[in-house]
Amino acid sequence: MMSASTEAHEKGSPDFVVAHHFDSADTQFDAGRLGIWLFLVTEVLFFGGLFCAFFIYRNWYFDSFVEAHHHLDKQMGALNTVFLITSSLTMALAVRAAQRTKRSETVNMLFVTFLLAGCFLVVKYFEYTHKIHDGLLPGAMFSAQGFATQHAGVFFAIYFVMTGIHGLHVVIGMGLILWILIRAHRGDFSSRYYAPVEGVGLYWHLVDLIWIYLFPLLYLVG
Amino acid sequence: MSRAATADAVYDESGGKNYINAEKGVVSWLTTVDHKRIGLMYLVSTLTMFMIAGIFALILRIELMKAGEDFLTPAMYNQAFTLHGAMMVFLFIIPAIPGGLGNFILPIMIGAKDVAFPKLNLLSLYLYWTGSIFTASSIVSTGLDTGWTFYVPYSTTVSQTSVIAVTFGAFILGFSSILTGLNFIVTIHKLRAPGVTWYRLPLMLWAIYATSIVQILATPVLAITLLLLILERAFQVGIFDPKLGGDPVLYQHFFWFYSHPAVYIMILPGMGIISDIIAVHSHRRIFGYKAIAFSSVAIALVGFLVWGHHMFTSGQSELASTIFSFITFFVAVPSGVKVFNWTSTMWGGSIAWSTPMLYAMSFLFLFTIGGLTGLPLAMVGLDLHLHDTYFVVAHFHYVMMGGAVIAFIGGLHHWWPKMTGRMYHETPAKIACALIFVGFNMTFFTQFFLGTRGMPRRYHTYLDQFQPLHAFSTFGSWVLGAGLFLVLFTFIHSLLKGERAPKNPWGGKSLEWETSSPPPTENFHRTPVVTHGPYDFATTGK
Repeated sequence: MMSASTEAHEKGSPDFVVAHHFDSADTQFDAGRLGIWLFLVTEVLFFGGLFCAFFIYRNWYFDSFVEAHHHLDKQMGALNTVFLITSSLTMALAVRAAQRTKRSETVNMLFVTFLLAGCFLVVKYFEYTHKIHDGLLPGAMFSAQGFATQHAGVFFAIYFVMTGIHGLHVVIGMGLILWILIRAHRGDFSSRYYAPVEGVGLYWHLVDLIWIYLFPLLYLVG
Repeated sequence: MSRAATADAVYDESGGKNYINAEKGVVSWLTTVDHKRIGLMYLVSTLTMFMIAGIFALILRIELMKAGEDFLTPAMYNQAFTLHGAMMVFLFIIPAIPGGLGNFILPIMIGAKDVAFPKLNLLSLYLYWTGSIFTASSIVSTGLDTGWTFYVPYSTTVSQTSVIAVTFGAFILGFSSILTGLNFIVTIHKLRAPGVTWYRLPLMLWAIYATSIVQILATPVLAITLLLLILERAFQVGIFDPKLGGDPVLYQHFFWFYSHPAVYIMILPGMGIISDIIAVHSHRRIFGYKAIAFSSVAIALVGFLVWGHHMFTSGQSELASTIFSFITFFVAVPSGVKVFNWTSTMWGGSIAWSTPMLYAMSFLFLFTIGGLTGLPLAMVGLDLHLHDTYFVVAHFHYVMMGGAVIAFIGGLHHWWPKMTGRMYHETPAKIACALIFVGFNMTFFTQFFLGTRGMPRRYHTYLDQFQPLHAFSTFGSWVLGAGLFLVLFTFIHSLLKGERAPKNPWGGKSLEWETSSPPPTENFHRTPVVTHGPYDFATTGK
């Protein structure tokens, strides 16, 4: 307990609290990091079910999937991929800056990450509007005409559920980025304490990673 | 200050301060981050749900005493068995042992002050309450008649009941379960006191650790399954709807990918409790520590590969059924390892015929029957006959009620003095245990016969030839119910008039018996240093 509070105050770095049940700041940091990784495991399994459904139906309705995927906009998908990969880079730079106690650099990088995430959602909004306008909707709501195959509705069910849940993760991610952005601006983080930045960073990389699988599977391979 | 040297004296001098009376008022409980208080609130909540779901069971049994429609209409019967099952599974058995006993005992057993993420722990309790409200709300709205498995397409296109509220409740409960598991894994990894090595963990904790792995890996799949079900029902997205090209069997695969491992979420902590009770009340070093520890992990992992045995009749390929059948038999190996090790532990021990020990003995008997009757169900050919009969109902209840719940009640008695600081009266507690044992066997052993003779499950009526067995089963349920209410009475009596509990009423060697009963808020006045294993009893066999 003593050592923990001393650690918190050393070198004039900003204050942070070591909770009473941890014997040192390092244990608290390790515990937090392990917790985040376990949470990411649950996320992978959560999306795993959807990827499983995608592969099964793609196998069953191969022709429908090929036909339906031509209705997705590859340019917009590619643009969004660029946005997310770049945002992963800026997030990594933000974590790096926080680790080196570079406050303004952290804030700037987080701000760029936040903007790129917003760009992703704007593109996604135009894509969705276009699909809805064309009646390219899941299951019973599918109303587009002129399809040679029967089961395009299943493809769009998978498409909307997967990208929808992914989009929800982007929105949650933006909230989290905003939260650490405000804290970074306030000067909460230092080389001794940057766990929240790193945690949000790991989450953001996972969101990016899932998109990296979604884009080729849905847009390119179909 | 000589505080370190005379730690014992400090406990008594602390002015009677402990985690229960440290702070007063409802708000102090609702905002607490103390794992012991959270555990206690979990216990009260889950036991309340156990009582409601149990009353549903008694109502079902009364309806089944005679053939034909007595006082429940078929639709009401469907809702009663659905709510019985859904509430027992999602609101009682899954959260009760990890959330209740686990929360209370885990940090103390490793000499920690709290779990790794105390606020997350409180959040998981709040999520449990939220999920419970959604699930239980169906009782007062339109009910639920899908069975606890929510099978599509019935649940998505036919049922007129509140499917979305209940499945959304189960979705939220899943997050509660994930957060508990995550918290426990990190706590065991990072917060062990000096000297608490992995092989010095009480076996209860190996079991909880294995359970947490299942919670983390399986529950997200339930989450996505239920989310798809909700989307299917609300917007007809068609992923599970055969009319739109979807596949209802895919739902079953997803559902059982979670729900089979979930039965290990239910039984593994019970096995952990039994390991501790048997060792402590036999005053004997546990036989085969590592075998029991690793068999927990083995059950958790193999449990992920057997879900298809719920689907032998669902149009799964013969090859898949054969493979799932084979792997299912394999689960019997680590389970058998445990049973033999528990029995060997008692051999040459100095057995105390205390209430927890009686529950542990009941567990051994009932769990063995439950486990062995699982084997015929794992055979594809026999299962085609027994599928969806009372044989399955009986098997399931022998493992879940005879296994997990009996272990849970045994564990409650075992750690009751530690949690409340009060002893309970042994005589009524033992009578209750006997009533539960007799009543349970009357209720459910009968159902093995009903099942083999062709009585299908989930029917509100039956052919006349089944009447005597059904009536006997119903009488048994009354004995069982009486036993459970006697447990409640014993505990209430203990709270009001029980003797003060000493630090270590059973002579246990693990860490929780080294702090006062009930423990102080910080569990130990100074971090303990452990120099011996949790089962280092003087008697080590003949």
